[in-house]
Amino acid sequence: MVPVQWYVWLGLALFMVGVFGFLTRRSIIMMFLSIEIMLNAVNLLFVAFAHFLNDLRGHMMVIFIITVAAAEAAMGLAILVSVVRNRLSAHVDEIKQMKG
Amino acid sequence: MNLFDLWMGTSQGIQGASGAAGAAGIALQLAIIIIKVAVIVGVLMVHVTWATYFERKTIGHMQVRLGPMRVGPHGFLQPIADFIKLFFKEDVIPASADKPVFFVAPVISIFATMSAVAVIPIFSGFEIADINIGLLYILAMSSLSAYGVIMAGWASNSKYSFLGGLRSSAQVISYEVAMGLSLVGVMMMAGSLNLTEIVKAQQKYPLGIFAIPQILGFFVFMVSAFAETNRTPFDLPEAESELVAGYFTEYSGMRFALFYVAEYIGMIGMSLVAITCFLGGWTGPFHIPYVPFAWLLIKLYLMIFLFYWVRATVPRYRYDQLMKLGWKFLIPLALFNIVLTGAVKLLVKA
Amino acid sequence: MNPIVFGYLAAAILLLSLLAVTNKNPVHAILLVIVMFFHMAVMYIGLGAEFLAAVQVIVYAGAILVLFLFVVFVLNIREETGGERFSSVWPFGLSIATGLLLLAVILSGKVRLGAMGPYTPQVIAAETHTKILGRVLYTDYILPFEISSLILLVAVVGAITLAGREDR
Repeated sequence: MVPVQWYVWLGLALFMVGVFGFLTRRSIIMMFLSIEIMLNAVNLLFVAFAHFLNDLRGHMMVIFIITVAAAEAAMGLAILVSVVRNRLSAHVDEIKQMKG
Repeated sequence: MNLFDLWMGTSQGIQGASGAAGAAGIALQLAIIIIKVAVIVGVLMVHVTWATYFERKTIGHMQVRLGPMRVGPHGFLQPIADFIKLFFKEDVIPASADKPVFFVAPVISIFATMSAVAVIPIFSGFEIADINIGLLYILAMSSLSAYGVIMAGWASNSKYSFLGGLRSSAQVISYEVAMGLSLVGVMMMAGSLNLTEIVKAQQKYPLGIFAIPQILGFFVFMVSAFAETNRTPFDLPEAESELVAGYFTEYSGMRFALFYVAEYIGMIGMSLVAITCFLGGWTGPFHIPYVPFAWLLIKLYLMIFLFYWVRATVPRYRYDQLMKLGWKFLIPLALFNIVLTGAVKLLVKA
Repeated sequence: MNPIVFGYLAAAILLLSLLAVTNKNPVHAILLVIVMFFHMAVMYIGLGAEFLAAVQVIVYAGAILVLFLFVVFVLNIREETGGERFSSVWPFGLSIATGLLLLAVILSGKVRLGAMGPYTPQVIAAETHTKILGRVLYTDYILPFEISSLILLVAVVGAITLAGREDR
């Protein structure tokens, strides 16, 4: 049997991969992809803890996270589409019209 | 000792089973699974090969032609000639193609359609995998088939392929929703997602099929199945008159053959799902001795004939009509079917 | 789960996500993430959450990532144009990620499991995961369930308002 510690480490490492991608990539689409990776890391931890605690609350959380992730992806990508239409750039560091 | 337990490391563990006996047991289970896979894939490929012949003959006769007549008696060996021709054709790869994606797209297409067959019960107790979430597994695999199309369209780097790929993926995603919702009624009536349980639950209903109480669901499922497999009247992605050949315009030789085979496997797979969920699976009105899968095959051939019949009869939809049909008619109808099924179930219980 | 299986899955998940996050081509990155989600689904099956594994494939691979691919295609982002794929402050981001990882790994030694719940793997296997999940979801979690449906409705309306063209 694999101890719960291993799942925690895997989830943390995956989450940090997502953090790294989110903070460093210029392309907005890659940033959204990093967010999805982070959400998956959190889901993995919820499922692992639910398994080791014999509880279903973790599974419920995963269902709601997936729902919210779908909503978030739809909204985020819609924002991206309208930004690219108006500014012709899909890179975060080129969108600085609000800067004084 | 169970193969699944070894994989998951559950049960009393590997130490629990005595070494040699445990290993022999695992080898036996593996061998049985591999033989089952080989048998089903072999039978499936034979069916795919002659489904192409059957299609050309059926449509030929419906259009008052003879269809293929040259190779063998009544053109019976035509599929083999076709296969040899495709096999020896030059494999052309467009210079500006995205090569890894271009190579992997037909493989994904055939993988997604073929793996759905793994959970279909061929007859009582014979399936490759008897899993609790069989119906969800089929939905998951059919949702992947969009990737083969969309990747092929994008990787070819050609505008016809690209337009075909975009059209097709939008179509497949739209009709997947209707298909999933149409199966909810079946899940509610059977109270299970396991396909064997679903077949058994149908025995309590007239004729041993769900198609009569679930007539709305069956209708929505069949229309969505035509759209999911890109068959006429919904073959927009490969509309020859406007898009050359749609998403596989740039494919040739064996890679083209893979897409072609995937389309027919998809058709057979969708027919099998319809038979299992709505038409009583391997059971029939009376018992046929010695051949437990006889009813399944009869139903399968009738379903495939239905696909060809519709192709020869109904003209192609326009793209906006297709989207309107999916979103404004089929999905509301499927939702109404769910409400109706739930209400009837509650009334009968009360 | 068997440690060998866990090792393979963990290595594949980390490698695929790293490759995806550093990939120049957004389409390749999305395809790598799809493969990563499949490994995640196998992980869920190993943890006794078969329904979640199916949902992972249907929703994430079948819907969300297709949406990503669609947006990439519609905006026609073939490869990242304009040279650099990382922003100019990337060492900053890398140090934050590694620092947080170190902190978290140190703290993870303190993980203690709380009180055990009633749903042992035997209980779940006896009634199938899907059934038991449905019963809990539609009784104890009915309010969050309704709220999440409202969130989805808002997302649908919002996405159409944001991305739809005025002149149509």
